[in-house]
Amino acid sequence: MDWEAFTLSLRLGALTVLLLIPLSILAGRALAVSRFRGKPAIEALVMLPLVLPPTVLGFYLLSGFGAGSFAGRAFESVFGTSLVFTFEGLLIASLIVNIPFAMQPIQRAFEAVGPELREASASCGNGWWRSLWRIELPLAWPGILTGMALTFAHTLGEFGVVLMVGGSIPGETRTISIAIYDRVQAFDEAAAGEMAAVLLAISLATIALTFFLTQRIGRRHG
Amino acid sequence: MDRGLSVRVAQTALFPLEAAFDVAPGEVLALVGPSGSGKTTVLRSIAGFHKPQTGRILCNGAAWFDSAARLSLPPRERRAGFVFQSYALFPHMTAVQNVMEALGDRPRGEREDTARSLLARVHLDTHGDRRPAELSGGEQQRVAVARALARRPDVLLMDEPFSAVDRMTRRKLRQELEELRRELPMPIILVTHDLDDVRRLADRLCVMHRGRILQSGKTADVLAHPADQTIAELLDIE
Repeated sequence: MDWEAFTLSLRLGALTVLLLIPLSILAGRALAVSRFRGKPAIEALVMLPLVLPPTVLGFYLLSGFGAGSFAGRAFESVFGTSLVFTFEGLLIASLIVNIPFAMQPIQRAFEAVGPELREASASCGNGWWRSLWRIELPLAWPGILTGMALTFAHTLGEFGVVLMVGGSIPGETRTISIAIYDRVQAFDEAAAGEMAAVLLAISLATIALTFFLTQRIGRRHG
Repeated sequence: MDRGLSVRVAQTALFPLEAAFDVAPGEVLALVGPSGSGKTTVLRSIAGFHKPQTGRILCNGAAWFDSAARLSLPPRERRAGFVFQSYALFPHMTAVQNVMEALGDRPRGEREDTARSLLARVHLDTHGDRRPAELSGGEQQRVAVARALARRPDVLLMDEPFSAVDRMTRRKLRQELEELRRELPMPIILVTHDLDDVRRLADRLCVMHRGRILQSGKTADVLAHPADQTIAELLDIE
């Protein structure tokens, strides 16, 4: 069992959820309540990482993050480290890859709140933040929870993009999925099986917990 | 007018709308018309949920909307109590919490006392701790009225408040509202297509059709003397 890869994966998953979910709440709500000309194009762009082959996405991120790119140079001049083959680069790639997994359920949840409850909240004297905090977030919570679970589970399992952008540097970019691949390549089936079982257990537990909490919240709301 | 509500709204885009009327404090005005006649849009314009192209809405002398001055207060700044057709109660909150939500930042205990007394006023003192899903349609309507009154609104707007309940409940709720309205000091606008509601509750009546007011006046006068055949048909008067 590669504990270093395991903890790195957990750290990557947790940070991705922590950074992506608040942004997805703001963007998902904005998309849910607004109607404008370019909305379908933005929604299609949000879905793009879902349909793009991971290696293709990884290739573009690698090109975009490289030392020759504007983003790569800018990041390096500010933080003093490269975006390619580093944990920071892996995290940014993970954030981009997970946008549809976080955004989709959250946007749908805010759409389900409906305009009448927002109007009722406004007629109670609630401003934007109070309305979001008191009315919309509690009602959209099952969707937010689903977004968190999908993002976390998908980050643990992500392979193609991670390999392209991060490679397999122990303690820096080698996630548990990459470690499983490495063990299989080395014919170490026992270690690969052990890690695969841990990943399976975590994924099942995450989904089960999400279903349980979502149903509980659903029952509470009647 | 210094007191009460003055409404002048018009638009040509999306669908045509042209409405002008005044409602005095304590007076009930019914907006009557078929579906799509624009009555709900007028109500939503007053609350600030819809922005007409032109017009002016004054409440107690203060402008809520004035297209000439490019002024349009957001809904939360207009003191308008709104009873939605579907009631729009917050499903994750109890009846008391729903009413408390409209009571601002006052201390929690004070808000709860006020919410419970408002629920008692609409004869719902025993079910305050139930969520909307555990209440009947009539009980939900009472919570919606209590919540609309909680902010001490300057105007009370009711959009088809009895349409989602059965005939028996409707009669009971109407009777309760008849009693309640005598105590309410603000202008009340009732959107309905039911003439029984109009006869029992409204002091005055505006008949709307295709975004325009065809006739307005005292309820008894309009019902007794519809100006033309179209209005008589809209009011179902033979």
